[in-house]
Amino acid sequence: MLKTTVPVAVAFIAGLALVISFFFREGTFIGDISQELTVWLTIVGGFTLLLGVVSITRVNWSAVRSRREGWGYRVLTLISIFAMAIPAVWPAKWAPESWASLFGRGSGSIYDWLFLNLDSPMMATMFATLAFYIASAAYRAFRARTAESTILLLTATVVMLWRVPMGEAFLNLFPGDIPNFLNTYIMNGANLAVQRGIIIGAALGAASMSLRIILGIERTYMGKG
Amino acid sequence: MDSRAYRHLDMPRTPDLDLPKTLTLRPQRVYCRVIKSIDKLKRPAFRLLSTGLIVFSYSSVWAQAEQAAPSVFRFDRINAMVLVLIFSSAVLLYTRWARQGKTLFLRKIPGLEAVEEAVGRATEMGRPVLFIPGISELDEIETIAGISILGRVARITAQYETPLMVPVRYPLVLAAGQEVVEQAYIEQGKKDAFDKDMVRYVAGEQFAFTANVNGYMMRERPATNIYMGAFFAESLLLAETGNAAGSIQIAGTARPEQLPFFIAACDYTLMGEELYAASAYLSKEPIMLGGLKGQDFVKMLIAIMIIIGVILVTFGYGDFFTGWFKVV
Repeated sequence: MLKTTVPVAVAFIAGLALVISFFFREGTFIGDISQELTVWLTIVGGFTLLLGVVSITRVNWSAVRSRREGWGYRVLTLISIFAMAIPAVWPAKWAPESWASLFGRGSGSIYDWLFLNLDSPMMATMFATLAFYIASAAYRAFRARTAESTILLLTATVVMLWRVPMGEAFLNLFPGDIPNFLNTYIMNGANLAVQRGIIIGAALGAASMSLRIILGIERTYMGKG
Repeated sequence: MDSRAYRHLDMPRTPDLDLPKTLTLRPQRVYCRVIKSIDKLKRPAFRLLSTGLIVFSYSSVWAQAEQAAPSVFRFDRINAMVLVLIFSSAVLLYTRWARQGKTLFLRKIPGLEAVEEAVGRATEMGRPVLFIPGISELDEIETIAGISILGRVARITAQYETPLMVPVRYPLVLAAGQEVVEQAYIEQGKKDAFDKDMVRYVAGEQFAFTANVNGYMMRERPATNIYMGAFFAESLLLAETGNAAGSIQIAGTARPEQLPFFIAACDYTLMGEELYAASAYLSKEPIMLGGLKGQDFVKMLIAIMIIIGVILVTFGYGDFFTGWFKVV
């Protein structure tokens, strides 16, 4: 009962409360339920953070202990986790006065320095590599092997040309207002229509799945059914 | 405008001004019903209808409307409520028919048909299956859909005793994922094969997560990669790396902006609603399939409404009709 009935009942009550809350004005008890539940979610999420720390430590520590391939990187991972976390949560009043600014998450703290000088540049680097991945994926997608991929190639070429000033100037050399045609019929016509079709389908799918969960028809998210 | 007596009063309307559906104007306590209409010059207007005489200026009405205590119930969202009721009725009706044994036709979804085959390939090659339930929190319905599909995939990996790796970005998803995978292994009678670290928390940062998973793909070379859930800028980084590692890849997301990347780099892609249909489709349970048919019925209704709307807007009568579908 505890593993099936109670979660289904909680999902039913919470789901129904959120749906009803949408139809009531903010500032009323019912209208504020959705915001209240969002706060609850944040609190529960905060508690489960410990689960994440335990999981990442256990997985990496067991690899280090058994000297699995690449164990050195795992040592680095563990050091990084605790080097970021401990100074951030360590109370500054427990440290000598001259060191107090190093703790917490304020400007000049260890956490802040690591975030600005290591974390952010590494994130930016990862994001920047996306350009190379796009090039290789585009090469595969745009190979003109069939009639459909040829149409895709031609459309993508003119759209990409139109998106840069030099390309737009080049397209304007031809008779007819090609940039306007691209904007009206390809981007705001075919492209937008397909995107909206997908969005409508996805929204209905999400609503249908939510309804199945609220009514207890779908229990696969608990590993049941 | 001067204060004069009217049976009905047309007031100019702009998108940033709104009036409640009803107003009781002081000091005479004249009850008015407010409807959206167009005035004689074909401009958007509010029409105040009253059984008594309305003796007010525009500014007086606005001032009183602002002072009026708003109703607790959002009458301006009544159209959404009607749609919710129609949608819920359709889903429940089809579920009931499915329960009664009525045959429901569902088109084949190649990406889902390929799941078992892809896991079988991993088993033959002796390599793991990588499953990513998106990178969003558990409050996203896409993540819940991903977790539901994970349960199905875990049953197959349990059956074939194929290694499974599920990296996650949020601790709540970790807890849900571990529960679902454990349950799948128990149901297949393979509890001993279940390892809690199959589902593991990798990193809270988007690109730290991506770097870790990409590294895993290049080192362990999983035979099958399954991406189901909410993905953002990392979608192509993951899918291209998986492609370079020679894995069979099945992706599913409801984010239209990420779909082209998955289509370019994966063998099969579930688009939008197919992601939400996946757990029902894989379960083959009539009750779950009934929900999908109900959803299709509402989709058909929406298509009909779009066609009617297009025709009405084309002939200049669309404002009234499209107003029904605006949710404030």
